[in-house]
Amino acid sequence: MNGVHDMGGMDGFGKVEPEPNEPMFHEEWESRVLAMVRAMGAAGAFNIDTSRFYRETLPPHVYLSSSYYKKWFLGLEELLIEKGYLTREEVAAGHAMQAPKALKHGKFDLANVERIMVRGKFARPAPAPAKFNIGDRVRAKNIHPATHTRLPRYVRGHVGVVELNHGCHVFPDSAAMERGENPQWLYTVVFEGRDLWGEDGDPTLKVSIDAFEPYLDPA
Amino acid sequence: MSQDHDHHHHDHDHSELSETELRVRALETILTEKGYVEPAALDAIIQAYETKIGPHNGARVVAKAWTDPAFKQALLEDGSKAISTLGHVSRVGDHLVVVENTPERHNMVVCTLCSCYPWEMLGLPPVWYKAAPYRSRAVKDPRGVLADFDVSLPKDMEIRVWDSTAETRFLVLPMRPEGTEGWSEEQLAGLVTRDSMIGTGFPRTPGAPS
Repeated sequence: MNGVHDMGGMDGFGKVEPEPNEPMFHEEWESRVLAMVRAMGAAGAFNIDTSRFYRETLPPHVYLSSSYYKKWFLGLEELLIEKGYLTREEVAAGHAMQAPKALKHGKFDLANVERIMVRGKFARPAPAPAKFNIGDRVRAKNIHPATHTRLPRYVRGHVGVVELNHGCHVFPDSAAMERGENPQWLYTVVFEGRDLWGEDGDPTLKVSIDAFEPYLDPA
Repeated sequence: MSQDHDHHHHDHDHSELSETELRVRALETILTEKGYVEPAALDAIIQAYETKIGPHNGARVVAKAWTDPAFKQALLEDGSKAISTLGHVSRVGDHLVVVENTPERHNMVVCTLCSCYPWEMLGLPPVWYKAAPYRSRAVKDPRGVLADFDVSLPKDMEIRVWDSTAETRFLVLPMRPEGTEGWSEEQLAGLVTRDSMIGTGFPRTPGAPS
């Protein structure tokens, strides 16, 4: 979706403000939100792409004015309600009122903590040979799906070069919408800065994205 | 913690903050009552993030690459595989790509769409990495972003920005500082900063305050 989360190339957000000796969490509740997101994801309530989609679909003014973990919280709460794990009445009451919905991987307890400290695996067997080779020129498609996609707006329509082939991975555009993993080839595609930003762009800049094969046409 | 520091983080609307805190607690209560999560397991997740991951992991990898040419080559060919041989920092998972800074090219990592970041190597990302100014400008005006970090590059140096748009993760291998001949891996690891592995900074130089 063409949401405000797709920020590459936008102007007006001001300077980057590094914070010396930044704490891991600025408020205690932020750590609880992180833990709940990890736990409910690992228990099978949602995949990582669906959780991203729920953050992206926050209203733009909410997305832009909320802190990072506030967005995580709002996305988590809405996702769990829409998927039937809780109800708005329960959220309003602050207590469980209905029977739970079964979780695919069961309750998240202490025995599950170790396994989530290693990143999940996203590589999948290839359903078909790769269409592109390293060095091929490709054009990022001019597509504007209203649902989740990982093709940022700033590269759409532009020509780049395939630099790396990462194998076949879970396709976020499908997984986020719970339409299956639909594995696709994944490539690093590199673009010239001036092709993206015009003649005033930095001549020394190259930008790459990791692009799934359905995002690309031969060029 | 100085008063200035405190003030910097708490000049939000206090009622809004406490409302969020109440809502977060309510959600945890519901998830617990429904039997979805065990609060002790949430505590354990937080403790694991606070103690097991962090830039010290990435720093060990970088320092080893600086001292062991065979490891460096393996690391650049397949980051995940090379790091999997390192024991205590081996839990990096798949799809880690290590990109090398050279006198000709500087690398910088961003996630314009959300906040993708090599957690296992660097810990949880800092606020600035997840915030709009960095995500919007890194791909268009990286030298301007670097100036916000008081970092400047030679005018003709290529700058390569890696936008982490999939489940691939990127770690920058910075250049080894001059004046460190004969240093041990442990000594070198002490020079490697988090930002030098994101590409928004350089390693410390010998003698500089840490």
